[in-house]
Amino acid sequence: MQILKLKETVNFMAYRKFAMVLSIFLMISAVSLLTVKKLNFGLDFTGGTLIEVGFEEAADLTKIRQVLDDNGFEDAVVQLYGSSRDIVIRLAQREDIKAEMLGNQVLEVLQQSTDKSIDMRRIEFVGASVGEELTEQGGLAMLTALICILVYVAFRFEWRFALGSVVALFHDVLLTLGLFALLGLEFDLTVLAAILAVIGYSLNDTIVVSDRIRENFRKIREGGPAEVINISLTQTLSRTFITSITTLLVLAALFFKGGALIHGFATALLFGVFVGTYSSIYVASAVALALGISKEDLIPEVIEKEGAEQEQMMP
Amino acid sequence: MLNKSPLWKSLLVLFVVAFGALYASPNLFGEDPAVQVSGLRGVEADSATLDSVRAQLEQEKIDFASIALEKGQVLVRFHDTESQLKGRDLLDDKLGNQFSVALNLTPATPDWLANIGGTPMKLGLDLSGGVSFLMEVNMNEAIAKAKESMVGDFRNDLRNEKIRYRSVKEGAKGINIQLRNAEDLAKAESLLKKRYRDLLFVENEDTLMLTASMTEQKLKETREYALQQNITIIRNRVNELGVAEPLVQRQGQKHIVIELPGVQDTARAKEILNATATIEFRMVDTEGDLGNALNGRVPASSELLYDRDGKPSLLKKRVMLTGDHIVDAGSSFDEYSRPQVNITLDSPGGSKFSNATKNNIGKPMATVFIEYKATDKLDAQGNTVFEKVEEVISVATIQARLGKTFRITGAGSQAEAHNLALLLRAGALIAPIQIVEERTVGPTLGAENVQLGFQAIMMGFGLVFIFMMIYYRAFGVVANLALGANLVLIVGVMSMIPGATLTLPGMAGIVLTVGMAVDANVLIFERIREEIRQGKSVQQAIHQGYDAAFSTILDANITTLIAALILFAVGTGPIKGFAVTLSIGIVTSMFTAVVGTRTVVNAVWGGKRLEKLSI
Repeated sequence: MQILKLKETVNFMAYRKFAMVLSIFLMISAVSLLTVKKLNFGLDFTGGTLIEVGFEEAADLTKIRQVLDDNGFEDAVVQLYGSSRDIVIRLAQREDIKAEMLGNQVLEVLQQSTDKSIDMRRIEFVGASVGEELTEQGGLAMLTALICILVYVAFRFEWRFALGSVVALFHDVLLTLGLFALLGLEFDLTVLAAILAVIGYSLNDTIVVSDRIRENFRKIREGGPAEVINISLTQTLSRTFITSITTLLVLAALFFKGGALIHGFATALLFGVFVGTYSSIYVASAVALALGISKEDLIPEVIEKEGAEQEQMMP
Repeated sequence: MLNKSPLWKSLLVLFVVAFGALYASPNLFGEDPAVQVSGLRGVEADSATLDSVRAQLEQEKIDFASIALEKGQVLVRFHDTESQLKGRDLLDDKLGNQFSVALNLTPATPDWLANIGGTPMKLGLDLSGGVSFLMEVNMNEAIAKAKESMVGDFRNDLRNEKIRYRSVKEGAKGINIQLRNAEDLAKAESLLKKRYRDLLFVENEDTLMLTASMTEQKLKETREYALQQNITIIRNRVNELGVAEPLVQRQGQKHIVIELPGVQDTARAKEILNATATIEFRMVDTEGDLGNALNGRVPASSELLYDRDGKPSLLKKRVMLTGDHIVDAGSSFDEYSRPQVNITLDSPGGSKFSNATKNNIGKPMATVFIEYKATDKLDAQGNTVFEKVEEVISVATIQARLGKTFRITGAGSQAEAHNLALLLRAGALIAPIQIVEERTVGPTLGAENVQLGFQAIMMGFGLVFIFMMIYYRAFGVVANLALGANLVLIVGVMSMIPGATLTLPGMAGIVLTVGMAVDANVLIFERIREEIRQGKSVQQAIHQGYDAAFSTILDANITTLIAALILFAVGTGPIKGFAVTLSIGIVTSMFTAVVGTRTVVNAVWGGKRLEKLSI
């Protein structure tokens, strides 16, 4: 069976100007979303207390809010979580109560207000300083990863590819973050892990394409760089599709079956796989092309030994 | 002939997969109900404990499956939870004072498998339920305390050497020692420089000031010491909780992670972690009669206290010195190679102790361990009631007037001396600790997470299986075999690595690896198709396909592996859990997809004249 039956080379690069405009537009939108709407940082980053409670029957949010309000938890944010019987309550840090005791107190208040038994599902408390440290650490992790990748690809391929793939990664991460800002989805540690997985996936895609471009530059004698890139993209297109499909299949399983805790993770990855596939074609390759990648750059150099001429003259 | 694998390669693949399957298999056996008996306060259970536990159980005719000494704990396995509970109650009753008795679920791995190191994967708290704390050690306080003790030490040293000084004070740059004249300055400098090699001394002849500051090295040591000390104390306290398999570990420069699987009552856990313990030195009442005291006639100025084995001592009520003054305690050997405990007091403690002991040479002195334990009771305000527990931990004869540093001999063994030193140190917290993060996962949520994660893995696998089989037909089946082997290997490796813990994000990592692991096979198969389209013979196409795809696969996976390893190094919590499965998955999937499928493909299709290929 075959999904794509391509006889002709697809002229991908013909649309690269359009794609570039689109990408730049999307990136600017993402940046403005991130500055205007901001990321909805989860407890991991902001610090505070989170309580997840399971009720026997559908939870009455209005009543719960009222009960908490009456007991001095005016700032509590109450939301449904996953199903109509599970709720999460979020509280900011407070001065008057020892933060690590807060969870148990809220639980007690809720327990007293209802005659049905409620089920403590989880309580999390994160100090503000830990959150700050984490933000720093997360950013640092991402930066280190990007730099190491840049170095490896530059070393294995060529600096234009390295720059292309890192721009592509940056593009993917930015758009995924933009999506989270747009939808107001909670950004917690698992989502950060997902973003890092997006980096991994997008990178995988980019390397496969770059690898083929390198191979074809060495093999195909005629045609300019744009044509060679088109040929390479066409050749790998089928693979790109199949891999994306299998990955999306598994992610769909996570999205629908993985439960509420993993929802953000799956959302980030589902979106990331889409942009990752797109960016390996239109960002990584287009950037390498724009930077003027050419046949000469990839054909292994015949290293001329220093003083070779003199050696020849020697008897 | 093309595409024939050498025998060793096929055997290697078989061996690796079989090995992985063997070490993955402990996960299939489930768990036995068990009771774990571990020593309190750093004491390890030994074979005597084992014998007494066995005797107790046999006497009460409680049926048990096996009993063994493991890692300083006695572990009793039961056939059912009913006898497990009975056994726990009995042992807690009989041994509760000296040991903590905890319910436990122990992997039911068969002995032969356990003997070769087979263990199931460890589940993270998000999957098993329980509570984790992140404690922060207040390092500023630790440094401040160290400086404070330096001030006292300097004063003492100068006084003892009869060097007159105006003042010793803490300043912005360090500790300022103000002297009266240049001669004293020189004397003080040479004395202190010799004594405190890890400090930095700067003299100012104009102002007659000597400034001492801690070197980077010394600061580092102080912080390190504070962290280690707190870890020791927390370990001791966690033991009190009787939690099966607790984890106390340092994280970074000033944090300590505590994981208590299965604990739901976090309030109680917190109280115990924050509990206080101290040491007191008190004289033994040698005039009073122990026999009379045991019959209830205790002299008014004395009281009756017991040691761990229940041996009574009659002690004076007056406290000579409390543990707050202990700066350090360690164990070593004396000149006759008998174990001893070396104790260092701070300056006020030293002079107090010296006064207290000078008239009591030759008399016995007792060291008492005092602890405020949280009980199940609550007072009127709803706060937990603490119970004061006093225990005599050593009785020793005072040999000479004791000063700032002294030693206690007469500990039975090196282990005992070590434990005593631990207890003495544990009495005084060098730096306060504070909970900065707490996560509690209920048991129902944990079980739900396991179930959901498992479902997602199965569903993802199923979908990919079906897709690959339809799309690549016979070769799809080969890819699926590789995928299955990959899962087995991931589980096997996860079970083998001691530090690896399966978490919910880790499960997600496995799911993602499945999706991406297929990529290597897709690359190879697409190449083979390409080669066939170009008119190559079947065997040529297979050969070329694998060859050409290899470098691509290698590059792609190495870059992803770099990313995963960085995540592992910098990440914490869920990120780390995810990075572990991802990195393992990348390595195993490379092996199964490249070497594994090649072997199968060669065995089925290799070396034959074929017209068509089912791909």
